Amino acid sequence: MMQRVFITVILMMLGLNARAELVIEITEGLDKPTPIAVVPFGGASATAKENIPEIVTADLLRSGLFRPIPTSDMLSFPQSESEVFYRDWRILGTEFIVIGNLQQSANGCVLEYQLFDVLGQKRIFSKTVNGNERRLRDMAHRVSDDVYQAITGIRGAFGTKILYVEDLVRPGPSRYRMVKADADGARAEILFASSQPLMSPSWANDLSRVAYVSFETSRPAIFVQNLQTGVRTQVTNFKGLNGAPAWSPDDSKLALVLSKDGNPEIYTLELATNRLQRITRTQSAVIDTEPNWTSDGRGIIFTSNRGGNPQIYQVTLASGRVERLTFEGDYNARPRVAPDGKSLVMVHREDGIFHIAWQDILSGDMRILTETWLDESPSIAPNGAMLLYATQHNKKGVLAAVSMDAGVKFRLPSKQGNVREPAWSPYGD
Amino acid sequence: MTNTLKTFLALFIVLGFLAGCSSNQEVEETDIEEVVEEAPEMEEPPEVEEVIEAATVFYFEYDQSILNSEARAALMIHAEQLKSSPRSIRLEGHADERGSREYNMALGERRANAARDFLVLQGVDSYLIETVSYGEERPAMVGSDESSWAQNRRVELK
Repeated sequence: MMQRVFITVILMMLGLNARAELVIEITEGLDKPTPIAVVPFGGASATAKENIPEIVTADLLRSGLFRPIPTSDMLSFPQSESEVFYRDWRILGTEFIVIGNLQQSANGCVLEYQLFDVLGQKRIFSKTVNGNERRLRDMAHRVSDDVYQAITGIRGAFGTKILYVEDLVRPGPSRYRMVKADADGARAEILFASSQPLMSPSWANDLSRVAYVSFETSRPAIFVQNLQTGVRTQVTNFKGLNGAPAWSPDDSKLALVLSKDGNPEIYTLELATNRLQRITRTQSAVIDTEPNWTSDGRGIIFTSNRGGNPQIYQVTLASGRVERLTFEGDYNARPRVAPDGKSLVMVHREDGIFHIAWQDILSGDMRILTETWLDESPSIAPNGAMLLYATQHNKKGVLAAVSMDAGVKFRLPSKQGNVREPAWSPYGD
Repeated sequence: MTNTLKTFLALFIVLGFLAGCSSNQEVEETDIEEVVEEAPEMEEPPEVEEVIEAATVFYFEYDQSILNSEARAALMIHAEQLKSSPRSIRLEGHADERGSREYNMALGERRANAARDFLVLQGVDSYLIETVSYGEERPAMVGSDESSWAQNRRVELK
Protein backbone atom coordinates (compact mmCIF):
# COMPACT_ATOMS: atom_id res chain seq x y z
CA MET A 1 0.00 0.00 0.00
CA MET A 2 1.31 3.36 -0.92
CA GLN A 3 2.29 5.30 2.11
CA ARG A 4 0.56 8.58 2.25
CA VAL A 5 1.39 11.42 4.50
CA PHE A 6 -1.10 14.17 5.04
CA ILE A 7 0.26 17.50 5.97
CA THR A 8 -2.05 20.30 6.81
CA VAL A 9 -0.51 23.69 6.80
CA ILE A 10 -2.47 26.71 7.75
CA LEU A 11 -1.20 29.94 6.35
CA MET A 12 -2.59 33.14 7.59
CA MET A 13 -2.19 35.85 5.06
CA LEU A 14 -2.79 39.23 6.58
CA GLY A 15 -3.43 42.16 4.33
CA LEU A 16 -4.36 45.67 5.31
CA ASN A 17 -7.95 45.52 4.12
CA ALA A 18 -8.89 41.92 4.07
CA ARG A 19 -7.91 38.77 5.82
CA ALA A 20 -7.81 35.71 3.66
CA GLU A 21 -7.48 32.35 5.27
CA LEU A 22 -6.05 29.63 3.16
CA VAL A 23 -6.14 26.02 4.27
CA ILE A 24 -3.72 23.94 2.32
CA GLU A 25 -3.96 20.19 2.47
CA ILE A 26 -1.22 18.43 0.59
CA THR A 27 -1.23 14.73 -0.15
CA GLU A 28 2.31 13.51 -0.59
CA GLY A 29 2.78 10.43 -2.72
CA LEU A 30 6.10 8.91 -3.66
CA ASP A 31 7.43 12.18 -4.95
CA LYS A 32 8.85 14.46 -2.30
CA PRO A 33 8.26 18.17 -2.75
CA THR A 34 11.41 20.18 -3.43
CA PRO A 35 12.73 22.07 -0.38
CA ILE A 36 13.08 25.75 -1.20
CA ALA A 37 13.95 28.79 0.93
CA VAL A 38 12.21 32.07 0.22
CA VAL A 39 14.38 34.40 2.28
CA PRO A 40 12.78 37.58 3.72
CA PHE A 41 13.33 40.26 1.09
CA GLY A 42 15.50 43.31 1.66
CA GLY A 43 15.04 47.00 0.94
CA ALA A 44 11.55 48.37 1.46
CA SER A 45 10.01 44.88 1.55
CA ALA A 46 9.65 44.73 5.33
CA THR A 47 7.51 47.87 5.43
CA ALA A 48 5.58 47.25 2.19
CA LYS A 49 1.79 46.85 2.29
CA GLU A 50 2.08 43.25 1.12
CA ASN A 51 4.51 40.66 2.39
CA ILE A 52 6.01 39.57 -0.93
CA PRO A 53 8.12 36.59 0.26
CA GLU A 54 5.10 35.29 2.16
CA ILE A 55 2.96 35.45 -1.00
CA VAL A 56 5.70 33.66 -2.96
CA THR A 57 5.98 31.03 -0.23
CA ALA A 58 2.21 30.46 -0.26
CA ASP A 59 2.18 30.17 -4.07
CA LEU A 60 4.97 27.61 -4.12
CA LEU A 61 3.45 25.61 -1.28
CA ARG A 62 0.06 25.56 -3.01
CA SER A 63 1.59 24.12 -6.15
CA GLY A 64 2.38 21.01 -4.12
CA LEU A 65 5.75 20.68 -5.81
CA PHE A 66 7.67 22.66 -3.18
CA ARG A 67 8.28 22.47 0.54
CA PRO A 68 9.17 25.99 1.69
CA ILE A 69 11.64 26.15 4.60
CA PRO A 70 10.27 28.10 7.61
CA THR A 71 12.00 31.43 8.18
CA SER A 72 12.77 30.37 11.75
CA ASP A 73 14.97 27.54 10.45
CA MET A 74 17.10 29.80 8.26
CA LEU A 75 20.68 30.38 9.41
CA SER A 76 21.08 33.63 7.48
CA PHE A 77 18.99 36.10 5.49
CA PRO A 78 21.07 36.92 2.41
CA GLN A 79 19.97 39.90 0.37
CA SER A 80 22.61 39.69 -2.35
CA GLU A 81 24.54 36.93 -4.10
CA SER A 82 27.70 37.65 -2.05
CA GLU A 83 25.74 36.89 1.15
CA VAL A 84 24.63 33.44 -0.05
CA PHE A 85 26.62 30.71 1.70
CA TYR A 86 25.52 27.46 0.07
CA ARG A 87 26.74 25.38 3.05
CA ASP A 88 24.15 27.05 5.32
CA TRP A 89 21.43 25.89 2.98
CA ARG A 90 22.79 22.41 2.30
CA ILE A 91 22.67 21.74 6.06
CA LEU A 92 18.95 22.48 5.96
CA GLY A 93 18.46 20.24 2.95
CA THR A 94 17.36 23.22 0.88
CA GLU A 95 17.71 22.76 -2.86
CA PHE A 96 16.86 26.28 -4.00
CA ILE A 97 17.01 29.79 -2.51
CA VAL A 98 15.01 32.85 -3.53
CA ILE A 99 16.23 36.27 -2.42
CA GLY A 100 14.91 39.71 -3.31
CA ASN A 101 15.09 43.44 -2.78
CA LEU A 102 12.27 45.93 -3.10
CA GLN A 103 13.33 49.50 -3.88
CA GLN A 104 11.43 52.72 -4.45
CA SER A 105 11.72 54.01 -7.99
CA ALA A 106 10.74 57.20 -9.74
CA ASN A 107 7.35 55.77 -10.85
CA GLY A 108 6.67 53.38 -7.99
CA CYS A 109 8.85 50.50 -6.98
CA VAL A 110 11.12 47.90 -8.48
CA LEU A 111 11.66 44.38 -7.23
CA GLU A 112 14.90 42.59 -7.93
CA TYR A 113 14.83 38.83 -7.31
CA GLN A 114 17.25 35.97 -7.76
CA LEU A 115 17.06 32.19 -7.69
CA PHE A 116 20.00 30.00 -6.62
CA ASP A 117 20.69 26.30 -7.02
CA VAL A 118 22.19 25.07 -3.74
CA LEU A 119 23.48 21.73 -5.03
CA GLY A 120 24.93 23.28 -8.18
CA GLN A 121 26.16 26.28 -6.15
CA LYS A 122 25.13 28.71 -8.86
CA ARG A 123 22.70 31.47 -9.61
CA ILE A 124 19.90 30.37 -11.93
CA PHE A 125 18.54 33.84 -12.71
CA SER A 126 18.42 37.43 -11.59
CA LYS A 127 15.41 39.46 -12.70
CA THR A 128 13.57 42.66 -11.96
CA VAL A 129 9.92 43.60 -12.11
CA ASN A 130 8.53 47.13 -11.95
CA GLY A 131 5.31 48.07 -10.24
CA ASN A 132 3.74 50.22 -7.60
CA GLU A 133 2.11 49.82 -4.20
CA ARG A 134 -1.12 48.52 -5.70
CA ARG A 135 0.69 45.92 -7.77
CA LEU A 136 2.76 44.31 -5.03
CA ARG A 137 0.76 41.08 -5.20
CA ASP A 138 1.17 40.94 -8.99
CA MET A 139 4.91 41.43 -8.52
CA ALA A 140 5.01 38.62 -5.94
CA HIS A 141 3.15 36.26 -8.29
CA ARG A 142 5.63 37.15 -11.04
CA VAL A 143 8.44 35.96 -8.75
CA SER A 144 6.52 32.73 -8.09
CA ASP A 145 5.90 32.19 -11.82
CA ASP A 146 9.59 32.63 -12.68
CA VAL A 147 10.81 30.38 -9.87
CA TYR A 148 8.24 27.71 -10.74
CA GLN A 149 9.10 27.77 -14.43
CA ALA A 150 12.87 27.75 -13.87
CA ILE A 151 12.66 24.67 -11.65
CA THR A 152 9.80 22.67 -13.15
CA GLY A 153 9.95 23.74 -16.79
CA ILE A 154 6.21 24.47 -16.60
CA ARG A 155 4.86 27.99 -16.97
CA GLY A 156 3.48 29.34 -13.70
CA ALA A 157 -0.16 30.40 -13.32
CA PHE A 158 0.11 32.22 -9.99
CA GLY A 159 -0.67 35.59 -11.56
CA THR A 160 -3.90 34.44 -13.22
CA LYS A 161 -7.44 35.22 -12.09
CA ILE A 162 -10.54 33.28 -11.25
CA LEU A 163 -14.26 33.93 -11.48
CA TYR A 164 -16.76 32.31 -9.18
CA VAL A 165 -20.34 32.64 -7.98
CA GLU A 166 -21.04 33.51 -4.37
CA ASP A 167 -24.47 32.84 -2.89
CA LEU A 168 -25.22 34.44 0.49
CA VAL A 169 -28.14 31.95 0.76
CA ARG A 170 -30.47 34.49 2.42
CA PRO A 171 -32.78 36.58 0.18
CA GLY A 172 -31.64 40.10 -0.60
CA PRO A 173 -30.78 42.48 -3.43
CA SER A 174 -27.23 41.16 -3.66
CA ARG A 175 -27.73 37.55 -2.69
CA TYR A 176 -25.95 36.21 -5.78
CA ARG A 177 -22.56 37.67 -6.73
CA MET A 178 -20.30 37.20 -9.72
CA VAL A 179 -16.82 37.55 -8.25
CA LYS A 180 -13.41 38.03 -9.83
CA ALA A 181 -10.35 37.28 -7.71
CA ASP A 182 -6.68 36.37 -7.92
CA ALA A 183 -5.97 32.66 -8.37
CA ASP A 184 -5.07 32.49 -4.66
CA GLY A 185 -8.46 33.97 -3.71
CA ALA A 186 -7.05 37.40 -2.79
CA ARG A 187 -8.38 40.75 -4.03
CA ALA A 188 -11.91 39.50 -4.58
CA GLU A 189 -14.04 41.99 -6.50
CA ILE A 190 -17.79 41.77 -7.12
CA LEU A 191 -18.47 42.20 -10.85
CA PHE A 192 -22.24 42.01 -10.53
CA ALA A 193 -24.72 41.28 -7.75
CA SER A 194 -28.37 40.28 -8.07
CA SER A 195 -31.33 39.05 -6.08
CA GLN A 196 -31.73 36.40 -8.80
CA PRO A 197 -29.36 33.50 -9.59
CA LEU A 198 -26.13 33.96 -11.50
CA MET A 199 -24.32 31.02 -13.04
CA SER A 200 -21.88 29.61 -15.61
CA PRO A 201 -19.11 32.25 -15.66
CA SER A 202 -16.74 32.06 -18.64
CA TRP A 203 -13.62 34.08 -19.53
CA ALA A 204 -12.91 35.56 -22.94
CA ASN A 205 -9.46 34.34 -23.91
CA ASP A 206 -8.13 37.91 -24.05
CA LEU A 207 -9.47 38.50 -20.52
CA SER A 208 -11.31 41.65 -21.64
CA ARG A 209 -14.80 40.25 -21.11
CA VAL A 210 -16.67 37.58 -19.22
CA ALA A 211 -19.94 35.86 -20.10
CA TYR A 212 -22.39 34.37 -17.63
CA VAL A 213 -26.03 33.49 -17.09
CA SER A 214 -28.21 35.86 -15.09
CA PHE A 215 -31.85 35.47 -14.09
CA GLU A 216 -32.32 39.21 -13.51
CA THR A 217 -35.00 39.38 -16.24
CA SER A 218 -36.87 36.59 -14.37
CA ARG A 219 -35.59 34.11 -16.96
CA PRO A 220 -32.11 32.76 -17.69
CA ALA A 221 -30.28 34.97 -20.18
CA ILE A 222 -26.65 35.23 -21.26
CA PHE A 223 -24.83 38.46 -20.51
CA VAL A 224 -21.39 39.63 -21.60
CA GLN A 225 -19.64 42.03 -19.25
CA ASN A 226 -16.70 44.18 -20.31
CA LEU A 227 -14.14 44.11 -17.51
CA GLN A 228 -12.56 47.44 -18.44
CA THR A 229 -15.76 49.48 -18.73
CA GLY A 230 -18.06 47.35 -16.60
CA VAL A 231 -20.70 47.60 -19.36
CA ARG A 232 -23.03 44.60 -19.45
CA THR A 233 -24.78 43.44 -22.62
CA GLN A 234 -27.57 40.88 -22.77
CA VAL A 235 -26.70 38.69 -25.76
CA THR A 236 -29.54 36.16 -25.68
CA ASN A 237 -33.22 36.42 -24.88
CA PHE A 238 -34.78 33.25 -26.24
CA LYS A 239 -37.68 31.29 -24.88
CA GLY A 240 -36.46 28.51 -22.61
CA LEU A 241 -32.87 27.80 -21.64
CA ASN A 242 -30.17 30.34 -22.44
CA GLY A 243 -27.12 28.82 -20.83
CA ALA A 244 -23.57 27.55 -20.57
CA PRO A 245 -21.73 30.24 -22.59
CA ALA A 246 -18.20 29.31 -23.73
CA TRP A 247 -15.88 31.58 -25.72
CA SER A 248 -14.33 30.33 -28.94
CA PRO A 249 -10.49 30.41 -28.93
CA ASP A 250 -10.54 33.66 -30.99
CA ASP A 251 -13.31 35.19 -28.83
CA SER A 252 -15.47 35.86 -31.89
CA LYS A 253 -18.21 33.42 -30.88
CA LEU A 254 -19.94 32.00 -27.88
CA ALA A 255 -21.01 28.39 -27.83
CA LEU A 256 -24.19 28.16 -25.79
CA VAL A 257 -27.31 26.16 -25.06
CA LEU A 258 -30.78 27.14 -26.19
CA SER A 259 -34.01 25.18 -25.92
CA LYS A 260 -36.05 27.57 -28.07
CA ASP A 261 -36.85 24.80 -30.56
CA GLY A 262 -37.98 22.30 -27.93
CA ASN A 263 -35.07 20.57 -26.28
CA PRO A 264 -31.67 21.90 -25.21
CA GLU A 265 -29.28 22.03 -28.18
CA ILE A 266 -25.81 23.48 -28.75
CA TYR A 267 -25.58 26.70 -30.79
CA THR A 268 -22.85 29.17 -31.63
CA LEU A 269 -23.47 32.91 -31.58
CA GLU A 270 -21.17 35.20 -33.54
CA LEU A 271 -20.97 38.27 -31.31
CA ALA A 272 -20.16 40.88 -33.97
CA THR A 273 -23.09 39.90 -36.22
CA ASN A 274 -25.47 38.17 -33.79
CA ARG A 275 -25.52 35.28 -36.24
CA LEU A 276 -26.81 32.17 -34.54
CA GLN A 277 -25.91 28.72 -35.80
CA ARG A 278 -27.41 25.50 -34.54
CA ILE A 279 -24.75 22.83 -34.00
CA THR A 280 -26.56 19.77 -32.64
CA ARG A 281 -29.82 18.24 -33.85
CA THR A 282 -31.44 15.63 -31.69
CA GLN A 283 -34.93 14.42 -31.01
CA SER A 284 -37.15 15.99 -28.40
CA ALA A 285 -36.22 13.89 -25.37
CA VAL A 286 -32.49 14.61 -25.58
CA ILE A 287 -30.48 17.09 -23.50
CA ASP A 288 -27.38 18.56 -25.17
CA THR A 289 -25.59 21.07 -22.97
CA GLU A 290 -22.32 22.36 -21.44
CA PRO A 291 -20.36 23.10 -24.61
CA ASN A 292 -16.60 23.69 -24.44
CA TRP A 293 -14.43 24.44 -27.48
CA THR A 294 -11.55 22.20 -28.43
CA SER A 295 -8.24 24.09 -28.26
CA ASP A 296 -8.06 24.41 -32.07
CA GLY A 297 -11.58 25.82 -32.26
CA ARG A 298 -12.66 23.18 -34.79
CA GLY A 299 -14.84 21.22 -32.46
CA ILE A 300 -17.06 21.46 -29.43
CA ILE A 301 -17.12 18.98 -26.58
CA PHE A 302 -20.43 18.78 -24.75
CA THR A 303 -22.69 16.75 -22.47
CA SER A 304 -25.53 14.75 -24.01
CA ASN A 305 -27.91 12.10 -22.75
CA ARG A 306 -28.66 10.93 -26.33
CA GLY A 307 -27.38 7.47 -25.38
CA GLY A 308 -29.69 7.19 -22.37
CA ASN A 309 -27.54 8.83 -19.69
CA PRO A 310 -25.25 11.85 -19.69
CA GLN A 311 -21.94 11.29 -21.46
CA ILE A 312 -19.34 13.48 -23.15
CA TYR A 313 -19.46 13.88 -26.93
CA GLN A 314 -17.47 15.87 -29.45
CA VAL A 315 -18.91 17.49 -32.56
CA THR A 316 -16.67 18.54 -35.44
CA LEU A 317 -18.04 21.89 -36.59
CA ALA A 318 -17.13 21.57 -40.28
CA SER A 319 -18.78 18.18 -40.79
CA GLY A 320 -21.29 18.03 -37.96
CA ARG A 321 -19.98 14.57 -37.13
CA VAL A 322 -20.56 13.60 -33.50
CA GLU A 323 -18.35 11.18 -31.61
CA ARG A 324 -18.83 9.83 -28.08
CA LEU A 325 -15.76 10.29 -25.85
CA THR A 326 -16.69 8.75 -22.47
CA PHE A 327 -17.73 5.20 -21.79
CA GLU A 328 -16.89 4.62 -18.12
CA GLY A 329 -19.78 5.06 -15.71
CA ASP A 330 -23.37 6.20 -16.21
CA TYR A 331 -22.89 9.93 -15.55
CA ASN A 332 -20.19 12.06 -17.16
CA ALA A 333 -20.95 15.75 -17.61
CA ARG A 334 -19.63 19.35 -17.76
CA PRO A 335 -16.42 18.64 -19.73
CA ARG A 336 -13.50 21.05 -19.88
CA VAL A 337 -10.67 20.49 -22.34
CA ALA A 338 -7.07 20.79 -21.07
CA PRO A 339 -5.01 23.61 -22.63
CA ASP A 340 -2.96 21.10 -24.65
CA GLY A 341 -6.18 19.63 -26.05
CA LYS A 342 -5.13 16.08 -25.18
CA SER A 343 -7.24 15.44 -22.12
CA LEU A 344 -10.47 16.55 -20.54
CA VAL A 345 -11.91 16.76 -17.07
CA MET A 346 -15.53 16.27 -16.12
CA VAL A 347 -18.05 15.51 -13.40
CA HIS A 348 -18.17 11.73 -13.03
CA ARG A 349 -20.60 9.73 -10.91
CA GLU A 350 -19.42 6.58 -9.23
CA ASP A 351 -21.61 4.65 -6.75
CA GLY A 352 -23.94 7.64 -6.59
CA ILE A 353 -21.14 10.03 -5.60
CA PHE A 354 -20.01 12.85 -7.85
CA HIS A 355 -16.28 13.27 -8.36
CA ILE A 356 -14.03 15.10 -10.76
CA ALA A 357 -12.41 12.75 -13.28
CA TRP A 358 -9.67 13.21 -15.85
CA GLN A 359 -9.58 11.41 -19.18
CA ASP A 360 -6.97 11.07 -21.88
CA ILE A 361 -8.92 11.76 -25.06
CA LEU A 362 -6.99 9.44 -27.39
CA SER A 363 -6.72 6.38 -25.17
CA GLY A 364 -9.93 6.92 -23.21
CA ASP A 365 -8.08 6.20 -19.93
CA MET A 366 -9.92 7.78 -17.02
CA ARG A 367 -8.83 8.50 -13.48
CA ILE A 368 -10.74 10.01 -10.60
CA LEU A 369 -9.02 13.05 -9.11
CA THR A 370 -11.16 13.95 -6.12
CA GLU A 371 -12.45 12.07 -3.11
CA THR A 372 -14.77 14.70 -1.75
CA TRP A 373 -18.55 14.94 -1.97
CA LEU A 374 -20.77 16.58 -4.60
CA ASP A 375 -17.79 17.74 -6.62
CA GLU A 376 -18.64 19.78 -9.70
CA SER A 377 -17.60 22.50 -12.15
CA PRO A 378 -13.94 21.60 -12.84
CA SER A 379 -11.87 24.39 -14.40
CA ILE A 380 -8.29 23.79 -15.50
CA ALA A 381 -5.44 26.26 -14.90
CA PRO A 382 -3.99 27.66 -18.14
CA ASN A 383 -0.75 25.71 -17.57
CA GLY A 384 -2.71 22.47 -17.22
CA ALA A 385 -1.08 21.64 -13.88
CA MET A 386 -4.09 21.96 -11.59
CA LEU A 387 -7.81 22.40 -11.67
CA LEU A 388 -10.26 24.22 -9.46
CA TYR A 389 -13.63 22.72 -8.67
CA ALA A 390 -16.59 23.28 -6.39
CA THR A 391 -17.33 20.95 -3.53
CA GLN A 392 -18.92 20.94 -0.08
CA HIS A 393 -17.11 21.29 3.20
CA ASN A 394 -18.85 21.65 6.58
CA LYS A 395 -22.17 21.91 4.70
CA LYS A 396 -20.98 24.91 2.73
CA GLY A 397 -20.08 25.29 -0.90
CA VAL A 398 -16.34 25.87 -1.22
CA LEU A 399 -13.74 25.93 -3.95
CA ALA A 400 -10.98 23.36 -3.95
CA ALA A 401 -8.05 22.57 -6.18
CA VAL A 402 -6.40 19.35 -7.22
CA SER A 403 -3.35 18.70 -9.36
CA MET A 404 -3.90 16.79 -12.58
CA ASP A 405 -2.04 13.80 -11.07
CA ALA A 406 -4.29 14.04 -7.96
CA GLY A 407 -1.22 14.36 -5.71
CA VAL A 408 -1.96 17.85 -4.43
CA LYS A 409 -5.22 19.14 -3.04
CA PHE A 410 -6.19 22.30 -1.25
CA ARG A 411 -9.30 24.22 -0.35
CA LEU A 412 -10.12 27.89 -0.58
CA PRO A 413 -12.76 28.31 2.14
CA SER A 414 -15.29 31.08 1.64
CA LYS A 415 -15.74 33.82 4.19
CA GLN A 416 -19.49 33.95 3.70
CA GLY A 417 -22.21 31.99 1.99
CA ASN A 418 -21.70 29.30 -0.61
CA VAL A 419 -19.03 29.63 -3.25
CA ARG A 420 -19.24 27.68 -6.52
CA GLU A 421 -18.58 27.50 -10.26
CA PRO A 422 -14.92 28.52 -10.40
CA ALA A 423 -13.59 29.56 -13.81
CA TRP A 424 -9.82 29.76 -14.02
CA SER A 425 -8.71 32.47 -16.43
CA PRO A 426 -6.57 31.84 -19.49
CA TYR A 427 -3.19 33.60 -19.62
CA GLY A 428 -4.65 36.26 -21.89
CA ASP A 429 -1.62 36.51 -24.13
CA MET B 1 -70.36 13.91 -8.88
CA THR B 2 -68.70 10.97 -10.51
CA ASN B 3 -66.69 8.42 -8.56
CA THR B 4 -63.54 9.39 -10.37
CA LEU B 5 -63.97 12.98 -9.37
CA LYS B 6 -64.64 11.99 -5.76
CA THR B 7 -61.52 9.88 -5.57
CA PHE B 8 -59.50 12.56 -7.15
CA LEU B 9 -60.78 15.24 -4.79
CA ALA B 10 -59.97 13.09 -1.77
CA LEU B 11 -56.53 12.50 -3.18
CA PHE B 12 -56.01 16.18 -3.66
CA ILE B 13 -57.08 17.05 -0.12
CA VAL B 14 -54.66 14.53 1.37
CA LEU B 15 -52.00 15.87 -0.90
CA GLY B 16 -52.78 19.42 0.19
CA PHE B 17 -52.34 18.33 3.79
CA LEU B 18 -49.02 16.68 3.05
CA ALA B 19 -47.79 19.67 1.15
CA GLY B 20 -48.85 21.93 4.02
CA CYS B 21 -46.76 19.91 6.47
CA SER B 22 -43.71 19.41 4.42
CA SER B 23 -43.11 22.68 2.71
CA ASN B 24 -43.24 26.37 3.33
CA GLN B 25 -45.31 26.97 0.23
CA GLU B 26 -48.97 27.90 0.10
CA VAL B 27 -50.43 28.17 3.59
CA GLU B 28 -53.72 26.32 3.78
CA GLU B 29 -56.83 28.14 5.00
CA THR B 30 -57.86 27.20 8.52
CA ASP B 31 -61.24 25.79 7.50
CA ILE B 32 -59.65 23.59 4.86
CA GLU B 33 -57.19 22.22 7.40
CA GLU B 34 -60.05 21.25 9.71
CA VAL B 35 -61.71 19.41 6.88
CA VAL B 36 -58.46 17.68 6.06
CA GLU B 37 -58.08 16.35 9.58
CA GLU B 38 -61.51 14.77 9.41
CA ALA B 39 -61.24 13.58 5.87
CA PRO B 40 -59.86 10.08 6.50
CA GLU B 41 -62.80 9.29 8.86
CA MET B 42 -65.50 10.35 6.45
CA GLU B 43 -67.43 8.15 4.07
CA GLU B 44 -67.76 10.88 1.50
CA PRO B 45 -65.27 13.62 0.71
CA PRO B 46 -66.75 17.07 1.30
CA GLU B 47 -68.22 18.95 -1.57
CA VAL B 48 -65.89 21.78 -2.53
CA GLU B 49 -67.80 24.12 -4.74
CA GLU B 50 -65.97 27.40 -4.55
CA VAL B 51 -62.28 28.08 -5.11
CA ILE B 52 -60.34 24.87 -4.81
CA GLU B 53 -56.88 25.26 -3.35
CA ALA B 54 -55.00 22.63 -5.27
CA ALA B 55 -51.35 21.99 -4.52
CA THR B 56 -49.06 24.33 -6.43
CA VAL B 57 -45.85 22.38 -5.97
CA PHE B 58 -45.34 19.07 -7.75
CA TYR B 59 -42.53 16.69 -6.87
CA PHE B 60 -40.44 14.37 -9.04
CA GLU B 61 -38.23 11.33 -8.76
CA TYR B 62 -34.46 11.64 -9.18
CA ASP B 63 -33.46 12.36 -12.77
CA GLN B 64 -37.13 12.06 -13.83
CA SER B 65 -39.67 14.44 -15.28
CA ILE B 66 -42.71 12.16 -15.05
CA LEU B 67 -45.71 13.65 -13.25
CA ASN B 68 -46.89 11.44 -10.41
CA SER B 69 -50.59 10.85 -9.71
CA GLU B 70 -50.77 13.58 -7.05
CA ALA B 71 -49.29 16.11 -9.44
CA ARG B 72 -51.67 15.06 -12.22
CA ALA B 73 -54.65 15.31 -9.86
CA ALA B 74 -53.69 18.80 -8.72
CA LEU B 75 -52.92 19.93 -12.26
CA MET B 76 -56.36 18.76 -13.39
CA ILE B 77 -57.92 21.13 -10.87
CA HIS B 78 -55.68 23.95 -12.06
CA ALA B 79 -56.62 23.14 -15.65
CA GLU B 80 -60.33 23.43 -14.86
CA GLN B 81 -59.79 26.74 -13.09
CA LEU B 82 -57.63 28.10 -15.90
CA LYS B 83 -60.23 27.13 -18.47
CA SER B 84 -63.08 28.75 -16.55
CA SER B 85 -61.12 31.86 -15.52
CA PRO B 86 -58.01 32.20 -17.68
CA ARG B 87 -54.94 33.89 -16.19
CA SER B 88 -51.23 33.83 -17.01
CA ILE B 89 -49.28 31.32 -14.98
CA ARG B 90 -45.64 30.49 -14.60
CA LEU B 91 -44.29 26.97 -14.12
CA GLU B 92 -40.88 27.02 -12.45
CA GLY B 93 -38.88 23.81 -12.74
CA HIS B 94 -36.19 22.87 -10.24
CA ALA B 95 -33.65 20.10 -9.70
CA ASP B 96 -31.75 18.82 -6.69
CA GLU B 97 -28.10 19.74 -6.27
CA ARG B 98 -26.60 16.50 -7.57
CA GLY B 99 -24.88 16.56 -10.92
CA SER B 100 -23.75 19.45 -13.04
CA ARG B 101 -25.54 22.80 -12.91
CA GLU B 102 -26.39 23.35 -16.56
CA TYR B 103 -27.53 19.73 -16.92
CA ASN B 104 -29.80 20.39 -13.95
CA MET B 105 -31.12 23.47 -15.75
CA ALA B 106 -32.19 21.13 -18.53
CA LEU B 107 -33.78 18.74 -16.00
CA GLY B 108 -35.72 21.62 -14.41
CA GLU B 109 -36.96 22.65 -17.81
CA ARG B 110 -38.11 19.13 -18.62
CA ARG B 111 -40.13 19.07 -15.41
CA ALA B 112 -41.72 22.45 -16.10
CA ASN B 113 -42.49 21.32 -19.66
CA ALA B 114 -44.09 18.10 -18.39
CA ALA B 115 -46.47 20.15 -16.25
CA ARG B 116 -47.17 22.54 -19.13
CA ASP B 117 -47.84 19.73 -21.58
CA PHE B 118 -50.26 18.16 -19.13
CA LEU B 119 -52.19 21.42 -18.70
CA VAL B 120 -52.31 21.93 -22.47
CA LEU B 121 -53.65 18.39 -22.91
CA GLN B 122 -56.41 19.29 -20.47
CA GLY B 123 -57.36 22.15 -22.75
CA VAL B 124 -55.51 25.11 -21.22
CA ASP B 125 -54.32 27.64 -23.80
CA SER B 126 -50.58 27.32 -24.11
CA TYR B 127 -50.11 31.08 -24.38
CA LEU B 128 -51.22 31.39 -20.75
CA ILE B 129 -48.29 29.30 -19.58
CA GLU B 130 -44.71 30.45 -19.20
CA THR B 131 -42.11 27.88 -18.21
CA VAL B 132 -38.76 28.69 -16.67
CA SER B 133 -36.09 26.48 -15.17
CA TYR B 134 -34.03 27.43 -12.15
CA GLY B 135 -32.06 24.17 -12.18
CA GLU B 136 -30.50 23.70 -8.75
CA GLU B 137 -30.03 27.43 -8.21
CA ARG B 138 -33.04 28.03 -5.96
CA PRO B 139 -33.48 25.07 -3.62
CA ALA B 140 -36.63 25.03 -1.50
CA MET B 141 -34.72 23.22 1.22
CA VAL B 142 -31.05 23.65 1.98
CA GLY B 143 -29.38 20.36 2.76
CA SER B 144 -27.53 17.48 1.19
CA ASP B 145 -29.74 14.56 2.15
CA GLU B 146 -32.51 12.54 0.52
CA SER B 147 -35.36 14.49 2.13
CA SER B 148 -33.98 17.88 1.06
CA TRP B 149 -33.31 16.59 -2.43
CA ALA B 150 -36.88 15.27 -2.68
CA GLN B 151 -38.25 18.72 -1.70
CA ASN B 152 -36.06 20.39 -4.30
CA ARG B 153 -37.00 18.23 -7.33
CA ARG B 154 -40.15 20.15 -8.08
CA VAL B 155 -42.24 22.36 -10.29
CA GLU B 156 -43.88 25.39 -8.69
CA LEU B 157 -47.00 26.84 -10.26
CA LYS B 158 -47.19 30.60 -9.80
